[in-house]
Amino acid sequence: MAVLIYAEAQSNTIKKTAQECVFYGKKVAEVLGVDCVALVLGNTDSAGDLGIYGADKVIHINSISDFDSKAHTNIISQVANNVNAKVVIVSHTANGKSLVGRLAIRLNAGSVSSVNSVPTYNGSYKVKKSLFSGKAIGEYEVKSEKLILSLSGNSFKIREIGSPVTAESIDIKIPEASVKVIETKREEGSVPLPEAELVVSAGRGMKGPENWGIIEELAQVLGATTACSRPVADIGWRPHHEHVGQTGVAIKPNLYIAAGISGAIQHLAGVNNSKVIVVINKDPEAPFFKAADYGVLGDLFEIVPRLTEALKKYKATL
Amino acid sequence: MKLLVCISKTPETTAKITFTNDDTQFNSDGVQYIMNPYDEWYSLVRALELKEANEGTVSLLSVGPAANDIIIRKGLALGADDATRIDTEALSAYYTASQIANHIKDEAYDIIFFGKETIDFNGSQVGAMVAELLDLPFLSYVSNMEVNGNTATITREIEGGVEVSEVNGAFVLSAAKGLAEQRIANMRGIMMSKRKPLNVVSPSVVDNPVEIIKYSKPETKSGVKMIDAENMEELVRLLNEEAKVI
Ligand SMILES: Cc1cc2nc3c(=O)[nH]c(=O)nc-3n(C[C@H](O)[C@H](O)[C@H](O)COP(=O)(O)OP(=O)(O)OC[C@H]3O[C@@H](n4cnc5c(N)ncnc54)[C@H](O)[C@@H]3O)c2cc1C
Ligand SMILES: Nc1ncnc2c1ncn2[C@@H]1O[C@H](COP(=O)(O)O)[C@@H](O)[C@H]1O
Repeated sequence: MAVLIYAEAQSNTIKKTAQECVFYGKKVAEVLGVDCVALVLGNTDSAGDLGIYGADKVIHINSISDFDSKAHTNIISQVANNVNAKVVIVSHTANGKSLVGRLAIRLNAGSVSSVNSVPTYNGSYKVKKSLFSGKAIGEYEVKSEKLILSLSGNSFKIREIGSPVTAESIDIKIPEASVKVIETKREEGSVPLPEAELVVSAGRGMKGPENWGIIEELAQVLGATTACSRPVADIGWRPHHEHVGQTGVAIKPNLYIAAGISGAIQHLAGVNNSKVIVVINKDPEAPFFKAADYGVLGDLFEIVPRLTEALKKYKATL
Repeated sequence: MKLLVCISKTPETTAKITFTNDDTQFNSDGVQYIMNPYDEWYSLVRALELKEANEGTVSLLSVGPAANDIIIRKGLALGADDATRIDTEALSAYYTASQIANHIKDEAYDIIFFGKETIDFNGSQVGAMVAELLDLPFLSYVSNMEVNGNTATITREIEGGVEVSEVNGAFVLSAAKGLAEQRIANMRGIMMSKRKPLNVVSPSVVDNPVEIIKYSKPETKSGVKMIDAENMEELVRLLNEEAKVI
């Protein structure tokens, strides 16, 4: 018996979310007293390194490249049956989200997506996830024999707890793809928002897109990813993928700095799981201050550059 | 084209989230419901655009009690042709998806539309489950779609970028921001919606392996610490020494 983790590889490297997933999978495996098996699909040299984060065994199938939820579900299910997996875990990423539901049907298992706790097992599984865009937490009970989970990003801080293993191959039937990937375009440079540990965000208080230089510079000095409020994306000041909140990307960074954002309930819903929130706003009544850890009252056009300078000084001492 | 749009209701975005029965149930007292924004703003509108460009029909399907009728009527007012409600509580993603798949398995829809997630349970599961039950391709987080004959070219939002792919024949998608521009129902649409068919059907018998047994609220912040706007060195010090995030 085993816990099986589908560890996503991208451009030949194992994603950070996949390492988190293996680290988490090991904890789940310990609860059940079984092995933690990681599955890597696609071209990479570092599959065996997942041993460092807790994989007892790594299965690597090289001959698949593009993502196709149907084909991937077929392959992961074959491997799950092969290793007799009780629990199958994927990351709650764009691809992972299209697998959880499919795997649940194919393996005839109950599923819970975007979990942030280690399940317990006592005749049935119990596990928690965030609901209502972060406004509540739900404890789920799953009564099926098998369980499928997707792990919410940045839920567990990974540590090196093992050593590399030799990735093994496995003999399974590779199905035909049901979709054909034509191209993949990625922004180079910064960490994608859902995975970012540090985020600098700005809203309508910026007055216009031409003023974003100070936000980008702060993000750059900090090594952070930029985000924005919804109206700012809707009027085209910033790209859609930066829009965070209840109807945008939900994020959970260690640090969220918000400048010129009022903190409307729909905005808070997507960011209130951030570990530390800093709010910069000139209005003492801005609702965001109530959800913040640190607040700075005043004009962001003065404060943001000042913060950037202070960070530069601090970084220089490291 | 024969198009199906699956729609769900969710509490209005400013609704107070509270629980009853010893925190085992969502308290719907006084809560106003809206159509899930991803279903209304992007999924339904893109389906309507396709119908307008290629002819065909847009049908709505919702699993839920009579309370769902308001959002179904809204979908009809926006331009959908007909609607079906499967008369049962949407107990879980598995249960809901099974109800949907059982109901449509003999209908040959060209495209089945879902929203990328519901903003209450944030599951992102129902669409993928229906795709697996019907053995169809599934494309999640679609922000652009062009259809040309039997082939659709689709842009998916992935972490830090997009992926463009092609699919032939029938498929299932989940809609993300960018797929279409939100529309507002006009008076004529609202009047016409009253005459459009809303069929209510009984649920099929389906197991439900998943249940929420307890709700709780996240810990609230202990209060904001205000920092002098002139002294950003102090903020940096606190982020480093106290919060330990830089
Ligand atoms: C169904 C629905 C879903 C929604 N989903 C989302 C969502 O996902 N994400 C989202 O963000 N919003 C969402 N919204 C919109 C939300 O209600 C707010 O309208 C929006 O978040 C406000 O954006 P903002 O804070 O940038 O702008 P505003 O509310 O206009 O706030 C601007 C802030 O900047 C401050 N400011 C101005 N000038 C300065 C200055 N010089 N220095 C410092 N501070 C300054 C002001 O005091 C003010 O607090 C949704 C709304 C609805 C109805
Ligand atoms: N009760 C329901 N009836 C019809 N469609 C639903 C229902 N619940 C969810 N959906 C659809 O499935 C999508 C994803 O929902 P979820 O998996 O709950 O995040 C929604 O955007 C809807 O399109």
